[in-house]
Amino acid sequence: MTEFFAMGGYAWYVWGSYGVTFLLISIEIVLLKNRSKKA
Amino acid sequence: MKWFWYASPQTFFPLAGTLARWCGAAAGVLALIGLYIGFFVAPTDAQQGEAYRIIFIHVPAAWMSMFLYVIMAFWAAIGLAFNTRLSAMMASAIAPTGALFTFIALWTGSLWGKPTWGTYWPWDARITTELILLFLYLGFLALQAAIDDPRRADRAGALLAIVGVVNVPIIYYSVQWWNTLHQGASVSLTRAPSMAMTMFAGMIVMALAFWMYSIAVAMVRVRCIIRERG
Repeated sequence: MTEFFAMGGYAWYVWGSYGVTFLLISIEIVLLKNRSKKA
Repeated sequence: MKWFWYASPQTFFPLAGTLARWCGAAAGVLALIGLYIGFFVAPTDAQQGEAYRIIFIHVPAAWMSMFLYVIMAFWAAIGLAFNTRLSAMMASAIAPTGALFTFIALWTGSLWGKPTWGTYWPWDARITTELILLFLYLGFLALQAAIDDPRRADRAGALLAIVGVVNVPIIYYSVQWWNTLHQGASVSLTRAPSMAMTMFAGMIVMALAFWMYSIAVAMVRVRCIIRERG
């Protein structure tokens, strides 16, 4: 498990990519949900 | 299919809702499969180790950034030529998601560049033209937001979108036209992909997930625009 998260020493690059992508997509979904409610 | 029937915002509204639900569900399932292949099936790269796993979001996001721009410019052009309301609304509905994927492509590319090239940001032709794409999306959004009358905003945005479309082939061919740090295409229609089959599969499944996500989000957004404009 630790080995998986370490990504062979590339954890910052790999998780930095996936984390930000996941975060931004989540933000888009939340913003759109709010806009749908208001409209 | 009654194509012209659906050209009216009011009749398209329920279809957009159905599309959003199905494509949203498909996006979730495909993303789970894609991530599973990407992290547990695809082998470690011989040269790049685990760092290459960024490919499963970087390449699909970069593809989407270009596809979405072309689709946005297409609807903008139809709206400008035929003065159809729904086409212009589609262009506006696609733009924020296009900008999102452009940013993701740049961000993940930057994080991939550091371990493989030794720099987060080289002013390489591929990267610079992709950055211009981000500015085109942001320019389109800013221009539309700055004009109060929606029909005038549509026309101004359409012009910007259509002019900016020349940048898309420049991004695509930049790796051939200039000496770039960025590698050439690993996948093309005319030859077998130059990577392990499982890596390729993971990338394609993630690309499909991003496609489905984009359709779902654009459909929800176009429904918002239809209601906001009454």
